[in-house]
Amino acid sequence: MDEVIRVNRLTKQFGHTPVLRGIDCAIKATEVVCVIGPSGSGKSTFLRCLNGLEEATGGEVLVHGVSVHEPKTDVDALRSEIGMVFQRFNLFPHKTVLENITLAPTKVRKLTALEARNRASELLVKVGLLDKIDAYPNQLSGGQQQRVAIARALAMQPRIMLFDEPTSALDPEMVGEVLAVMQALAEEGMTMVVVTHEMGFARQVADRVMFIDEGLVIEEGSPADIFDNPREERTQRFLSKVL
Amino acid sequence: MEQVLWFGWFRADIIAEYSVLFWRGLQMTIMVTLICIVQGTLLGLAIGMARVAESRHSPAREICKYALRWPSTVYVSFFRGTPLFVQILLIHFAVLPLFINPADGLVISGESARNIKQNYGAFLSGVVALTLNAGAYISEIFRAGIQSIDKGQVEASRSLGMSFPRTMYHVVLPQAFRRMLPPLGNNAISLLKDSSLISAIGLAELAYAARTVAGAYSRYWEPYLTISVMYWVLTLGLAFLVKKLEARYGRGDSR
Repeated sequence: MDEVIRVNRLTKQFGHTPVLRGIDCAIKATEVVCVIGPSGSGKSTFLRCLNGLEEATGGEVLVHGVSVHEPKTDVDALRSEIGMVFQRFNLFPHKTVLENITLAPTKVRKLTALEARNRASELLVKVGLLDKIDAYPNQLSGGQQQRVAIARALAMQPRIMLFDEPTSALDPEMVGEVLAVMQALAEEGMTMVVVTHEMGFARQVADRVMFIDEGLVIEEGSPADIFDNPREERTQRFLSKVL
Repeated sequence: MEQVLWFGWFRADIIAEYSVLFWRGLQMTIMVTLICIVQGTLLGLAIGMARVAESRHSPAREICKYALRWPSTVYVSFFRGTPLFVQILLIHFAVLPLFINPADGLVISGESARNIKQNYGAFLSGVVALTLNAGAYISEIFRAGIQSIDKGQVEASRSLGMSFPRTMYHVVLPQAFRRMLPPLGNNAISLLKDSSLISAIGLAELAYAARTVAGAYSRYWEPYLTISVMYWVLTLGLAFLVKKLEARYGRGDSR
C-alpha cells in the first residue's frame, strides 16, 4: 500500500509554549488511524497541521509527496483533496444544506449546478438527510448538522478525511448516528485520521491507534495492542481514566 | 400688505416664494448623500480589508503590515480623530487647489481649472471630504463585522480548498453584511445630516437654501424649521429602508 501522509519531526509552538515536540508518522492509503490522548496533548493541533490550517514551527508534512508547509505549495489545491470535519460542524449558517454542500464543488471543482446538486443528493442519501436538503443549519440537530458537514467534505471527493473530535459537541443520543456514517466511510476504504474520545469507535473501526501526550507520540499500534496491552505507563494511566 | 397666515406667526409665503431653492437644495442633499454612501461603502470595504490583511509567508507578510495595515490604521485614526467640518475646510481651501488650480494645478490647470473650481469646486470638495470621512467610519464597521464571524467559518471554507478571496466573498462577507446593516444604516443617516456642513463652503444644498432665505428676510423660524422637517422625513425614510433590508436579509443566521 502506498503512503499518503508522511510526517517528519513535526513541531509546533504557540508563542513559547511547545504543543508538538517532534511527531513522526506515516499513514497509508485506506488506513483508518485514530488519535487519542488527554485534552491539551496536541492531538487536534497535529491534525490541523496535516492540511495546513495550523502552521508548523518545524519539521515537515508530506501529503502525496507534496510538502504542506512549503510557501510555494498550492495549499488550496492540496486542501481540496483533504476533507475535514470539525468539532463544532462549522456549517455556513446563511446557506441551505444544499448550498453548503455545492459551494466548493461549483467554485473550486467547477461542477455545473446540476452536477453538484446530483452529487449533493447522493451524499445526503448516504448520510440519511435527503429530506433536509433545503433546510438551514439552524433548523437541524447537532447530529444532523455534523452529518451534513461530512457530506459537504465528501462532495469534494477527497482522498483523505480528517476528523477533529467530530462527536465531542454532540448530545449523547446523537453520537451514534455520526459514528455510523464514519464507520460506513471507513468500510468503503476512505483514508481517515480521526481525533476522538470515542474509545469504542477507535477499537472497532481503527486499523491503528496513536496515543499522543505532551506533543509526542507515546505509543501506537493496533487497537488490540493499545487497549488491551498498553506498554507505556502513560497510556495505561490515560486508558484507566477513560475506559 | 395682505399676508397668508397659516399658523399666525409662521409666514409660509416666504417658503412658497423660495420653493424652487428648497427643491434644488433637497435634490443636492439627496444626490451628495447617495454618492457618498456608495463611494464611502466601497472605500470602507477596501480600507476595512486592508486593516485585517494578514499573510503567513514573507514577503507578503511584510507587505500586509507596512503597506496595508499601517497606512489604513493611520487613515482611519485621522478621519475619525478630527472634526468633519475642519476636514471639509482643509480639503476645499488647501487640498483641492493643489490639484485644480488655474496657475499650477497638479491635475488640471488653466482656464478649465477656473471653470471647474467656480462651478463644481464646493461640490467636489464636499463629496471628497464626506466620502473620505464616511470611508473611515464604514471601514470600522466592516472590520468589526468581519472579525465578528466565527473563525471556524473561515477554517471550514479554507479546508474545502476555497481561496481566501473566495472565502471572504461567499462565506464571511455575506454573514458579516447582515450584522453590519444596522450600523451601516446609522452611518447613512449620519451622512445625510452631515452633508449640511458642506453649506459652509457654499454648496447649494438644503442648509444653504435655508441660510439664503434667512439672510434675505431676517426670519429664522420659517427656513430652519422647514429644512429640519425635510431632514427628519429623509432620515425616517432611510431608517425605514434599513429596517426592510434587515428583515429581508436576516434569515438563516443562527449565531
